[in-house]
Amino acid sequence: MGATLAPAEVEVEQPESADEAEHDRPWVVIVWNDPINLMSYVTLVFQKLFGYSLAQATKLMLQVHEEGKAVVSSGNREKSEHDVARLHAHGLWATMHRD
Amino acid sequence: MFFSRQIERRPDGRFRLRLREGERMLLRRLYDDLAELLTDPDDPALRRLFPPGHADPETEEQYQKLVRDQLVSGRAQVLDVVRSTLSEKILTEEEADAWLRGLNDLRLVLGTRLDVSEETDFEVELDAGERGRGLAVYAYLTWLQEQFVEALSPT
Repeated sequence: MGATLAPAEVEVEQPESADEAEHDRPWVVIVWNDPINLMSYVTLVFQKLFGYSLAQATKLMLQVHEEGKAVVSSGNREKSEHDVARLHAHGLWATMHRD
Repeated sequence: MFFSRQIERRPDGRFRLRLREGERMLLRRLYDDLAELLTDPDDPALRRLFPPGHADPETEEQYQKLVRDQLVSGRAQVLDVVRSTLSEKILTEEEADAWLRGLNDLRLVLGTRLDVSEETDFEVELDAGERGRGLAVYAYLTWLQEQFVEALSPT
């Protein structure tokens, strides 16, 4: 009874490299509240850049306005950088962060 | 006093632009100033046009290297479209979109200079000297941009 299992040689799956794990961690794009951009304009930019419905875009805009910031998109570094640049081109205050 | 809409979507998808000559002259002066400013993208008045994308200084430097030139040339293109259509009465959707973005850039630069905040009380400050004149222009741009947003919003 109670035969103990000999510890087998278990191959622990390791990420191939730390860099790769680092690379796979998603980024989030945050838009910050500011006193100049109009609420209606911010809503329109969210619809235009991300294809959000009016309801989704309005909800995000209100979150920015009331809570000071909102996550508007996420993904790998390239996509997030692209999103941040498009938001900057439209005058919104956006930054990207590791999730 | 009755104000008609300055910008309106027509059934053919184009936009009718109704501006008085004085408004067009004011806009031309503001866009000339902005074009001049853009020749030195590091001017502090432009900081709201080119905000940081990263908190970490090293990553931020990489980001700026990657996108700064594109952002500058993109803004120059938008400015070109607006400045070449300042006398038009009809705008295409693309031109109207450039006007929307151009007006936003003007407000960002002017609002930064005037230190506009959510507490700025336009009713009180509009009469106050040079700052008051700046705020009056800012308020006009806001009013005009709102109409562009409305005209361009998906129906």
